[in-house]
Amino acid sequence: MNVPTMSEMMAQGKQPEVLFWVGCAGSFDDRAKKITKAFVKILNKAQVSFAVLGTEESCTGDPAKRAGNEFLFQMQAMTNIEVLNAYEIKKIVTACPHCFNTLKNEYPKLGGNYEVLHHTELIKSLIDEGKLTIEGGKYKGEKITFHDPCYLGRANDVYEAPRELIKKLEVELVEMKRCKSNGLCCGAGGAQMFKEPEKGTMDINVMRTNDAIKVQPTIIATGCPFCNTMMTDGVKATNKEDSIKVLDIAELIANTDDL
Amino acid sequence: MNYLDNLIFAILLTLGVGFFVKNIKKISRNIRLGKDINRTDNKNARLKNMMMIALGQSKMVKRPIAGILHIVVYIGFIIINIEVIEIIIDGLFGTHRVLRVLGGFYGFLIGAFEILAFLVLVSVSIFWIRRMVLKIPRFWNKEMKGFPKNDALYILYFEMILMSLFLVMNATDVPFQQINSGNPISQFLVPFFENFNVITLFYIERAAWWLHIIGILIFLNYLYYSKHLHILLAFPNTYFANLHPKGQLDNLEAVTNEVKLMMDPTVDPFAAPPEGEENTIPAKFGASDVTDLNWVQLLNAYTCTECGRCTSACPANQTGKELSPRAIMMKTRDRLEEVGANIDKNGKFIADGKELLNDYITPQELWACTTCNACVEECPVSIDPLSIIIDMRRYLVMEQSAAPTELNGMMTNIENNGAPWQYNQMDRLNWKND
Repeated sequence: MNVPTMSEMMAQGKQPEVLFWVGCAGSFDDRAKKITKAFVKILNKAQVSFAVLGTEESCTGDPAKRAGNEFLFQMQAMTNIEVLNAYEIKKIVTACPHCFNTLKNEYPKLGGNYEVLHHTELIKSLIDEGKLTIEGGKYKGEKITFHDPCYLGRANDVYEAPRELIKKLEVELVEMKRCKSNGLCCGAGGAQMFKEPEKGTMDINVMRTNDAIKVQPTIIATGCPFCNTMMTDGVKATNKEDSIKVLDIAELIANTDDL
Repeated sequence: MNYLDNLIFAILLTLGVGFFVKNIKKISRNIRLGKDINRTDNKNARLKNMMMIALGQSKMVKRPIAGILHIVVYIGFIIINIEVIEIIIDGLFGTHRVLRVLGGFYGFLIGAFEILAFLVLVSVSIFWIRRMVLKIPRFWNKEMKGFPKNDALYILYFEMILMSLFLVMNATDVPFQQINSGNPISQFLVPFFENFNVITLFYIERAAWWLHIIGILIFLNYLYYSKHLHILLAFPNTYFANLHPKGQLDNLEAVTNEVKLMMDPTVDPFAAPPEGEENTIPAKFGASDVTDLNWVQLLNAYTCTECGRCTSACPANQTGKELSPRAIMMKTRDRLEEVGANIDKNGKFIADGKELLNDYITPQELWACTTCNACVEECPVSIDPLSIIIDMRRYLVMEQSAAPTELNGMMTNIENNGAPWQYNQMDRLNWKND
């Protein structure tokens, strides 16, 4: 696995085409790290010129902003922007829709202007440009449903890229009753990931997992590390872990080629 | 000729319209209590939104049954009100069906009104059944008790009565029925009045005519107190709605200035404030009362018609949490009305020991939100309850340091090690070698 950092690249006088923003979950969460690696394998295979910030990366500030701490958000944002601009970054790809939304929508007014892509969008364009091919055989017979991350779907109107990738796997793509702009949240957004839910009658991730179970998938596909955690927990809570797997789209694609 | 009728009519019309204008001014004053926000950019996109969403009802049909019935009532309401022009002319000048000079077209017009009136009656009855018999859950959430519940019913009854009066007025108008043009519905009501003599019919027709126009004037003035204001405010509300991606929250400028100062190594932290700025009050971060919100958020509150689509789509509400986006809008309006009444009474706002936060909206509601934007997506008139929730969280966190304990932990971690969890920033790339 080849993962160059920006500082290494700079030392060699090189500029990558795209920065891979790994995000906190992708860097530290054991489950999300697998998604990170799967995506890197895809980047390596398609010979994409990329780099990561490594230890120079820091939280985008999304959970702080959504929790109401605008100070902390803007301090994070301005620090990150200083780093990104120093490296003259033009294009960023990330596997986290929260980082994606923040970098794309909330950094420009603070001086950070970049083209920002969700990893499913980048993978799709790699396939469209012929830089990556997918053998569909691996998942034959699987029934996959895609859970729309709020910060990719409703927040930024990206609904098709992840679905087109799933279709390329030669599987049956089944839609939950609530999908796309009507999709139900997994329960993690707005900093809920980092706290216990408020008092209620049910957990949101269990309700969302029930939505998925109704269409009897063998795999629930996600495009967000937090959705992945929530849906994985939901599948466990409903005792379905033997029959339903929760996988990120990057993992699905990487697995087809045993990357 | 007897001019008493015309005089009474003119007085009623003046009073009805006069009170309405007075109330509209009050609403406009209250909305302008909000903070400034620039929503005048990109006029074409705004106009297009207004045409599609308010005029064209494009988001209503996302729920087809309610949507189509609503469009019937909406079209009926607008078109039948053309008839009011004739009523006003007749009322002021003592004429009777003055527009009959239009000849065959008049029959077509009134005929269309009658058919629409009938369709409106049917639709409104189905609305009533959905509310009171089928008891669709979103009409029975806990915020829909007392006046909000009755308000919805009053509106339906008003519409039923107004449409019925219109049809009865036509059915009992003997000369009109004799022409037998423009009476596709009312002709079927004529048999009910068969045994009445001409004089009685005349008085029934007059009574229906008067009650119809009085009803319209009362309804017009009821709007101010009711959720039904949406028939007017849906237009400005969709025009001034947010045009950015839904995921984009605004960056507080006051904070940007502070953070820039903080990060600027050349700034002397002990320097005295510049001349003339010694006594300026620092900006308040976030919102604890309605006057901290911007005017679009306050317009949102007046526009909300309490349909509850937002709440029925809210993941927190569906899983039994305290939060209901509709209640956020209703409470904002209630508090704004209270502040407005306070100003009316005292000439200016006198502190009443209450605030939107805690006295209306509780922190439990605010902390239940996942910021998923389902409420914003659902609203048929582009109301944004999420922006109010975020502004109030900002107040709780930045002015009161009142975040839930776990969130304080998360924020401390971001400050210390650049991640919401307690990992060393120097370990960020360790995944590579795992």
